[in-house]
Amino acid sequence: MVELRAQMAGTVFEVLVKEGQQVSAGQTVIIIESMKMEIPFEAETDGVVAKVNVSEGDFVNEDDVLITFG
Amino acid sequence: MDIYNDKLLEKVENILTGGSKKYHDKLKESNKLFVRDRLIMLFDNGTYEEDGRFANCVESDLPADGVVCAVGKIDGQTVCVMANDSTVKAGSWGKRTVEKIIRIQETAEKLQVPLLYLVDSAGARITDQLEMFPGRRGAGRIFHNQVKLSGMIPQICILFGPSAAGGAYIPAFCDIVIMVDKNASMYLGSPRMAEKVIGEKVSLEEMGGAKMHCTISGCGDVLAQTEQQAIAFAKSYLSYFGANFKQLPKGKESRLPIKGRTLEEIIPKNQNVPFDMYELIDQLIDQESFFEMKKLFAPELITGFARISGQTVGIVANQPKVKGGVLFVDSSDKAAKFIQLCDAYSIPLLFLADVPGFMIGTKVERAGIIRHGAKFISAMSSATVPKISVIIRKAYGAGLYAMCGPAFEPDICIALPTAQIAVMGPEAAVNAVYSNKIAEIKDVKERAKFIQEKIEEYKEEIDIYQLASELVVDEIIAPSELRATLSNRLHYYTTKQISLPSRKHPVYPV
Repeated sequence: MVELRAQMAGTVFEVLVKEGQQVSAGQTVIIIESMKMEIPFEAETDGVVAKVNVSEGDFVNEDDVLITFG
Repeated sequence: MDIYNDKLLEKVENILTGGSKKYHDKLKESNKLFVRDRLIMLFDNGTYEEDGRFANCVESDLPADGVVCAVGKIDGQTVCVMANDSTVKAGSWGKRTVEKIIRIQETAEKLQVPLLYLVDSAGARITDQLEMFPGRRGAGRIFHNQVKLSGMIPQICILFGPSAAGGAYIPAFCDIVIMVDKNASMYLGSPRMAEKVIGEKVSLEEMGGAKMHCTISGCGDVLAQTEQQAIAFAKSYLSYFGANFKQLPKGKESRLPIKGRTLEEIIPKNQNVPFDMYELIDQLIDQESFFEMKKLFAPELITGFARISGQTVGIVANQPKVKGGVLFVDSSDKAAKFIQLCDAYSIPLLFLADVPGFMIGTKVERAGIIRHGAKFISAMSSATVPKISVIIRKAYGAGLYAMCGPAFEPDICIALPTAQIAVMGPEAAVNAVYSNKIAEIKDVKERAKFIQEKIEEYKEEIDIYQLASELVVDEIIAPSELRATLSNRLHYYTTKQISLPSRKHPVYPV
């Protein structure tokens, strides 16, 4: 299990992947809006999206788990 | 052969061999080189003159007392070196080990040349503690000397193995720490001690490994994959520096930037969309001239040495691709140390700003973002080397200040046409000023229209030509001209002189 955690506090702007989807390392999977910036988060390794833990519009704190990869 | 000579040869052979075979085998198992092989690789032609070689030679099992201290040349520059021998009592420090290290520091000071610490040591020899730990020329003196030499001569640490307990302060007081992945470690208390004293179960790698220190603690600056690579990094680093603070940094022959997209193509029109600052830096600097410091630590801010038309420069750049380029506690510390380093050795500073400001929120306030930000601003403000500030896109709030905004006496503040300087971004500003009014408008469409209007008004107010007209920024240029102007200005500014205010030293924010 690999977890993608928020690097900073903000609001979920856009989730770009669905559960069960195959992703590759470096692929942008979620965008967080913080400090009026759109901040893309990339998958660190190849894998399959096991769970999307957040929805668009949610507030997330630094270190919250955003997406879990199988 | 005469007996005198025989005795000398025998002693020397014993010294040059280092510790016993089983410890040499252990080195090989962990992909480590013997200390003298490291020195051969480090010095020009593999030659060096050694001091205190016979330390503790009456004890046959302590060759050189576990440390090699030498003078030699790297790329033609004389340097001093201290190198632990981990085959001798795990590179631990006895009385003579410490004395040798202190003497090579004194030599480096007298010669005014860089000093390298090749660290691979288990720390103090507890059995010798009275002789080597507390006294006037005990281990504490090594750190005292390091502090005294800081900013006078470059001090470089290559960490090949452990640097434990008190010994961990050697890297801490160096200008740069290069760590070999998997083998290097730095810690005050070993995992065994952590388990005994505080009940924590943790691996060495997790608690004090090279990767941890280069990504999380910030104690490491460069992560090397092999010892050879670590030595190459140290040589490359030295190529940017003069031998001491009185000398100007070394230049090189000018080279063109690597081929790539133009700055116009790299910088997105929408202020809120990130781009990769590395790609932009590549188009400003001579190809293959970038030496990055703390690449893996606080990557929302980029710090590194480079050359523009052969001239050495220290770059401090926001990285909008990571955390939106927002400044945090760690990025502030990273910038402060880098700026101090450049300023100490007369390396001009180039600031490339695209910064939404310092991070806000409970988490960072509790971590002291204000006092950490103050370190960054203080270091930048105190620097008297040529300072060039370039506003690439946004520079909001204290972000403008930290990135050497106009108030901090940059020699020039250049704006690109995409620059946007303000207390805060348009959306945030409109929300702040008109929050009551916005709340009063019930109709959603009306509200959106009102906000949009106010945003447009605000944008006009902070229009970059407006700011240039008021002489807030000194110059606006096309992105395609940036490299050329930086190159010219770095050249013109080499004679910059500033007299410091009369005082002992500032009270540094920490």
